[in-house]
Amino acid sequence: MDFRLDEEIEFLKKNVRDFVQTEVEAVAMQIEEENRIPQKIIDMSKEMGLFGLSIPEEYGGLGIGMVGKCALYEEIGATHNGYTTLIGAHTGIGTVGIVEMGNEEQKRKYLPEMAAGEKIGAFALTEPAAGSNATNLKTTAVRKGDKYILNGTKHYITNATEADVFTVMAVTDSSKGSKGITSFIVEKDFPGFHVGAVERKMGLRGSHSAEVIMEDCEVPAENVLGVEGQGYVNALKILANGRAGLAARNLGSCQKLLDMSATYANERIQFGVPIIDHQAVGHMLAEMAMDIEALRSFTYRVAWMVDQGMKVIKEAAMLKLYGSEVYNRVADKAVQVHGGIGYIADYPIERFFRDARITRIYEGTSEIQKNIIAGQLKKEYAID
Amino acid sequence: MNIFVLLKRTFDTEEKIAIANGAINEEGAEFIINPYDEYAVEEAIQIRDQHGGEVTVVTVGNEEAEKQLRTALAMGADKAVLINTEEDVEVSDQFTTAKILAEYLKDKEADIILAGNVAIDNGSGQVGPRVADLLDIPYVTTITNLEISGETVTVVRDVEGDSETIETQLPVLVTAQQGLNEPRYPSLPGIMKAKKKPLEELEIDDLDLDEDDVEAKTKVVEIFLPPSKEAGRVLEGELNEQVQELVSLLHKEAKVI
Repeated sequence: MDFRLDEEIEFLKKNVRDFVQTEVEAVAMQIEEENRIPQKIIDMSKEMGLFGLSIPEEYGGLGIGMVGKCALYEEIGATHNGYTTLIGAHTGIGTVGIVEMGNEEQKRKYLPEMAAGEKIGAFALTEPAAGSNATNLKTTAVRKGDKYILNGTKHYITNATEADVFTVMAVTDSSKGSKGITSFIVEKDFPGFHVGAVERKMGLRGSHSAEVIMEDCEVPAENVLGVEGQGYVNALKILANGRAGLAARNLGSCQKLLDMSATYANERIQFGVPIIDHQAVGHMLAEMAMDIEALRSFTYRVAWMVDQGMKVIKEAAMLKLYGSEVYNRVADKAVQVHGGIGYIADYPIERFFRDARITRIYEGTSEIQKNIIAGQLKKEYAID
Repeated sequence: MNIFVLLKRTFDTEEKIAIANGAINEEGAEFIINPYDEYAVEEAIQIRDQHGGEVTVVTVGNEEAEKQLRTALAMGADKAVLINTEEDVEVSDQFTTAKILAEYLKDKEADIILAGNVAIDNGSGQVGPRVADLLDIPYVTTITNLEISGETVTVVRDVEGDSETIETQLPVLVTAQQGLNEPRYPSLPGIMKAKKKPLEELEIDDLDLDEDDVEAKTKVVEIFLPPSKEAGRVLEGELNEQVQELVSLLHKEAKVI
């Protein structure tokens, strides 16, 4: 058993760390205040190739495995989570559908520009009446000649305002339930496609979630992603694939919080000693560090399983759940270790605390992950 | 255009530096491309992109320096050369490095050679000019702008905060000052491609040099850290009293007047 990353991945990781900690960290407070990621940072991220980190080499991406991706996500997570989300939602759920289910023509058409960051990807499943219950979609797609006509409203769509290419789930046969859903590649310029109201959120500033409205939106039939009727399965696969990466992003944020908290606890003097010497504070840091190490091991173990081609439905759900819960625990302790400063918006701790909260909700709530795990256990231990 | 960059691997002076047994403790230290050499690499890549040709980065050091060469390749340099002196040279100084580099470069028909203005570790700023001298070509140090038109090179150099414009001819050696450009981050695809780019390893024997030819001309007697800074003191009281106390302290404690 070898727990080391290979040298090349280590080298990629170091360069991403240098970039993120030097350039993105320098504007983190600015992103928070302006609710906008500076164009210069986006351009530099494109030049670095960050938008292509999950795309195969033959389509202009980096072509690395899941362990490598997680190593880079860890670094991308160690800064403002709005930036993390812009990159992560694009390289994760925004592009994975085309990478995994797209046909050769679709891949050639979309992936090179998506790898370069010239086109941003988004994933449009959620609707007002279809959150955790993703089978309850109301958006319809009706075949008309060589086109499908889409009607309906998606909401809470991450990167909707920045995105050019959407993976949209719509009902093609309402009589078949979850087997009557199809996924489509929809471009923002297709007739009848609009981005609606932008939400105001608790956190993740700089990353925008908005409504997507389709009114007689015309989608060419060749833009069906995978097979008609397979949309729900596709959606689940896309989400499952994203889970290890999501945990790795959380891991990066946790590590950043520990770095800040342990440094602060060494500097801050109360009752004549650094507060890390007060056992109550030291123990909080010890628990943070332990949770993070466990998350790190689990993340790379699942990523390794993915690279071995192993089935990871249960493990990926556990990891997504665990990563989100650890991030929230760590963020809570980071605020406590910092005391008053942890609550002040001029410092980054309270921002991480707010940003952590969404991780227990998006891409499948913690409760839905438990349902998936229990469902898998039910199968494993079924009495025949 | 045949472009060469002289590159040095140095420890990161932004990190904590420890001294053990009269030498800098390399364990735990972070190593980087000398930041001034990074400007040289960036400028070399820009010259190549504008005028065509090839960028070769050269370093004198040990195997550890491969990482920094790979970084330069990932930034966009075409070839790298490591002149590994680990086994042949025990003590080296600026003369040693310059002599080795000049021997390597003498038959390479370089059009332009770029180096950093100084290395942030020893800070001598000698190697670039020494190499130019040995190759018998002109050199301009601490440059902040460079334009090449035909054989004519127009350089702006930093002169203690002022600037001076100099015209010279190819071939030339220049050393880079901060402000020359903004070095790019190596792109991730660039890093993947860098492993396929040629990295040649030479020893001084390959340059027909032996240890005596490159023997250091100087000797390091001692290395020590600057004295740690003590907490400052704020004088109190009426202005007159403060002045009197200050004069007295400068005289008795600091012993500067």
